[in-house]
Amino acid sequence: MVLKVSEIPEEEMMLSGTRLCSGCGLQLAYRWALKALGPKTIVTNPASCSTVCGGVGGYTPLKVPVFYCCFETVAANAAGAAAALKAKGQDKDIVVLAWAGDGGTYDIGFQGLSGASERGDNFIFACVNNQAYMNTGIQRSGATPYGAKTTTTPILGKQQMNKNMLKIMEAHGLSYIAQTSTSHPRDIYEKFQKAREFNGKGVRYIEILGTCPPGWGFPTDKSIELARLAVQTGYWPLLERIEGKLVISSPSKRYMDKTKRKDIREFLKGQSRFRHLKEADFKIWEDYIDGMWEGIRLELEKQGDL
Amino acid sequence: MPERKVITGNHAAAYACKSAGVEVVAAYPITPQSPVVEKISEFVESGELPNTQFVCVESEQSAISAVIAASQMGCRVFTASSANGLAYMYELLCWAAGSRLPIVMCIATRALGAPWSVWTDHQDAFSVRDVGFMQQFVESNQETYDTVLMSYRVAEDPRVYLPAFVSYDGYILSHTTMSVQIEDDDKVREFLPPLKHHLNLTDFDNVHSVNPVTPPGLTIRPEGNTPGYYEFRYSMQKAHEYSIEIVEEVAKEFGEKFGRYYGNGIYKSYQADDAEVLIFAVASVASESRGVVDTLRNEGLKVGLISLKLYRPFPIEHLRKAFSKAKLVVVFDRDVGYGVEGILCAELKTALYAAENRPKIRGFVVGLGGRDITADQLIGGVKLAVQEQEIPEVEKNTHVEFIGVHLEELGFKKEEF
Ligand SMILES: Cc1ncc(C[n+]2csc(CCOP(=O)(O)OP(=O)(O)O)c2C)c(N)n1
Ligand code: SF4
Ligand SMILES: [Mg+2]
Repeated sequence: MVLKVSEIPEEEMMLSGTRLCSGCGLQLAYRWALKALGPKTIVTNPASCSTVCGGVGGYTPLKVPVFYCCFETVAANAAGAAAALKAKGQDKDIVVLAWAGDGGTYDIGFQGLSGASERGDNFIFACVNNQAYMNTGIQRSGATPYGAKTTTTPILGKQQMNKNMLKIMEAHGLSYIAQTSTSHPRDIYEKFQKAREFNGKGVRYIEILGTCPPGWGFPTDKSIELARLAVQTGYWPLLERIEGKLVISSPSKRYMDKTKRKDIREFLKGQSRFRHLKEADFKIWEDYIDGMWEGIRLELEKQGDL
Repeated sequence: MPERKVITGNHAAAYACKSAGVEVVAAYPITPQSPVVEKISEFVESGELPNTQFVCVESEQSAISAVIAASQMGCRVFTASSANGLAYMYELLCWAAGSRLPIVMCIATRALGAPWSVWTDHQDAFSVRDVGFMQQFVESNQETYDTVLMSYRVAEDPRVYLPAFVSYDGYILSHTTMSVQIEDDDKVREFLPPLKHHLNLTDFDNVHSVNPVTPPGLTIRPEGNTPGYYEFRYSMQKAHEYSIEIVEEVAKEFGEKFGRYYGNGIYKSYQADDAEVLIFAVASVASESRGVVDTLRNEGLKVGLISLKLYRPFPIEHLRKAFSKAKLVVVFDRDVGYGVEGILCAELKTALYAAENRPKIRGFVVGLGGRDITADQLIGGVKLAVQEQEIPEVEKNTHVEFIGVHLEELGFKKEEF
């Protein structure tokens, strides 16, 4: 089904004038996610840049109820909120959204997410992956990709690959998993709508690539361009896993064909965190992307979708 | 109809949770608290608690987080833990209190590792004294059941809105069966009506956010000024101060309704009226002291006991009154403020510093990690304190005495310790 722009509601759940940096990908994603979920959404948010988005002193640009929580506890908070809605008979009507950064998802928040996923607690978990701890000053996380300089990998850049969170969540047997990017608001919108439709089917996990000008080192007006390059190079495939079945979203379908993918150097060279990378490092990135697509191809073949 | 059951302290806590009509429970097992979690699971699975959601979480951190969230949705919630589990919750305990959530939580007290111990002392309960929860200690399983109900009443009082701990000794109460009266649900509901929370995020006619970043100063806006962190925390202190009266009021009402009184709801006194020497203790230590009072009275010593029930807020006025006629107070702490002395002792000294008739206060540490506390040890402590009363150096002591450590058996010579 193709979503018509005219079907997207005009009402914004996030008003203008947040405290986030200009060019922040996270903010865009947050706005579109809330638009898709609509006013009957309760958000819980752990310490992260998104917390700053909520404003200070009780004045907030967000029009839905948000309860801020401790860094490592967002999934458990969402689980508690979901249980409360069930106790009150409001679980069909209201959706719970856990909105976390990659630190709050891959690292310190992982235990709670894994526990809630295994129990099948009823909420949407969204990870805005800006690939480091941005709120505390760009420290490395389990989501930081190979080679990236952060303030805790300041000289050499990160020596390890990022965790494969999608695989980890897949192993939890979730009903709905999706990956999207701030460059594709319509894709974000559709995926959050789908996750809402899956209400009652345990944890639904959506990961969004969140471009970050100060953290990645690029000019603020290049935010969307970079997020799109991540898709066009094949590095960040837009996809879904619905009841276990892998579906490549339309904007990414063509990148099954390697020749259609842009050179990953275009993505990497636009960011100061990768400025020090050498040919050998680019090779590692290329192998990473090729390996990922090879896995996708094999899986689609097995599913009979090729 | 009320029912008499012979049950453990843990089960008394679970029954209290059932009687209170708790809507969301999240808890994680740890010795000696585990049977609370098991019993509640049983209630939920058997359909005895049809309106309760039990979130069987993967950690204590998640247990307290889940009940924090559920409370913010306007639900009555419950959790329980011990020692390491409680310590693992620390960040969230502060969060619960700062959010002014009327969560009631049981602590089956246990020594904190290392080294590993599963046996009782009060270090865990005392170590969370400053998180902002109210806290009561109990001496019997009936008192556990009753105090949980009373704690909900106080916690949910609009003049208070603070979370509360109910602490009972691991094993000594948690695993010991006693006769407990489980009250009729309707009667409990009269005493404890459904929660009227100041927070309910499911109310979409009144959308707001909770616990955003709050700066040191006020937020000044044409729409209205909002408090800074400092004002929030001031109001928490005030709620604690006011709650003492409410604890007393609720205990009185509870007594009138159910016929059970625990002193004045703040402390229980035993042979205290004419006592020249008063023992001051909580929970299992206070229980053990009752017989000690009898023995010493038989020997002609005018001894009594103040068993503290309400530990947080610390009832300073009440204690000044309770100790106004005594010459000497002997404090037995089943905990240590490492590098200082027993926590209860230090706090009593603070409370009585400005009292008109300030008795001498002598503290001892006893029974850490479940080491048996014998009557003889307590008697020895009281007698020593009485003998030493006139020696000024003793009161000026800066080191703390442990009763019942066995060093000689380990090969140390007396002069070495
Ligand atoms: C228990 C705890 N440890 C550390 C912190 C400090 N802290 C706050 S936000 C943050 C990083 C957030 O990173 P991420 O989840 O990726 O979100 P981002 O800011 O990048 O959006 C850290 C380390 C904290 N608030 N709580
Ligand atoms: S640091 Fe990055 S993620 Fe955080 S607000 Fe700024 S642009 Fe957004
Ligand atoms: Mg991040």
